[in-house]
Amino acid sequence: MRTPINEAREAPEEEMISAEVSKRTIVVPGEIIVEGDDYLPGEGARREGEKVVASRFGLGEIAGRVVKVIPMSGAYVPRRNNVVLGRVTDITFNGWLLDLDCPGSGFLPIAESPRFINQHEMDQFLAIGDIAAVKIWSIKGRGIDLTLKGKGLGKLEGGFIFRINASRVPRIIGREGSMINLIKDNTHCQITVGQNGWVWISGESTKDELRARKAVEYIANNVQITGLTDHMEEWFTKN
Amino acid sequence: MVLKRVSGRKATEMRPMIAKVGVVPNADGSAIFAFGNSIAIAAVYGPRQLHPQHMQDPSTGILRVTYDLLSFSVSDRKKPGPSRRSQEISKVIEWSLLPVLDLKEFPNTVVDVQVYIPQADASTRVAAINAASMALAHAGLPMKDLVTAVSVGKLDKDLVVDVDKDEEDFEGGEGPTDFPMAKIAQSEAFTLLQLDGKIPPESVKKALAMGSDACNEVYEVQKKALKEFV
Repeated sequence: MRTPINEAREAPEEEMISAEVSKRTIVVPGEIIVEGDDYLPGEGARREGEKVVASRFGLGEIAGRVVKVIPMSGAYVPRRNNVVLGRVTDITFNGWLLDLDCPGSGFLPIAESPRFINQHEMDQFLAIGDIAAVKIWSIKGRGIDLTLKGKGLGKLEGGFIFRINASRVPRIIGREGSMINLIKDNTHCQITVGQNGWVWISGESTKDELRARKAVEYIANNVQITGLTDHMEEWFTKN
Repeated sequence: MVLKRVSGRKATEMRPMIAKVGVVPNADGSAIFAFGNSIAIAAVYGPRQLHPQHMQDPSTGILRVTYDLLSFSVSDRKKPGPSRRSQEISKVIEWSLLPVLDLKEFPNTVVDVQVYIPQADASTRVAAINAASMALAHAGLPMKDLVTAVSVGKLDKDLVVDVDKDEEDFEGGEGPTDFPMAKIAQSEAFTLLQLDGKIPPESVKKALAMGSDACNEVYEVQKKALKEFV
């Protein structure tokens, strides 16, 4: 039995919350986040003379000297080492092509599979339409290379998948997986969340699975609540 | 002489504006923007792989805008499907948005913006630009600033801001004048200037100043809508 995924960790910015972090505010492109020479523009921010300006829509955050904008919406942009869920769209002589719900399709070479696979029987392992949890190994100019080597990666059998917005994934997983473990404990389901916003759920009964899906969608729609893990513990007593 | 506007508005008074983001659940970014009875709904899809392949640009992503009136948006039914007018407006909207967008991070991709007008009462192209700009921001794309747009009209010799259908069809005096403009919100850089009708050169500066002030008002509405998104 495959181990449920833990690789799709919460984005690092969520883990590094320190006393220095300011309250987050929503910023629009072109809005001044902070003024002063001391600050360094991070992701989603840029410097314009004295000012640090948002270059995208999201939550502006000042962590020490670094100023960045955390996405709240938008399409998934693939990054190296992300664990994502993909659907097999084609089988070539040396690997599989996966649709990852982002620009450019992912390529999973046959050599990356955990055991030997006969080139003529590749569809025995992953057929067209199958779902797999994979890790982004590298992103080159054209195409994304994937790997299956890692904990919790592999074909996802049974259950069902659905989509949420990729920017909500860190909240679904929670700090060090606290939220996802809470859902797993309360619903007795296996859940895999890809950074691309695809969620796979498989449980003993459809009732459990739907309850888990409801929980995930509830979190995705209520990311702004502070103390969400405690809130969800209460939610599970009612739902 | 100062002509009274049919709507009873002051020369610099705009119609009530409505703005909201996240109105199309299946899009990566979306927004609705209305000037009174002119409503525009914009949906952004992408960045996504561009087909046909020969249109791909390996140095940057491209922007593709589709603007159209829905057939029931005007009193004489508009024949559905693209027309010369809608293609032209799609193109000018695209050009008005491009200066603030930076798609260099997304080579070989396309960002599709679809703007539809479910109800038209003049100034639809500027409403469309406002909606599209908000939808692009909502899609999380790298942008320098928002784009805000407004139309300035002329009733005989008097300049008025935010033209409605009655004013667009004004036949008295020097005839109807519609002067749509778009600018980068926090600068005085205009990204769209069109003129339908006649305007004396000395009035152009005044029209631009009026438009610029009105754009600042629009910007506040857009900003508020984006900030209210949860």
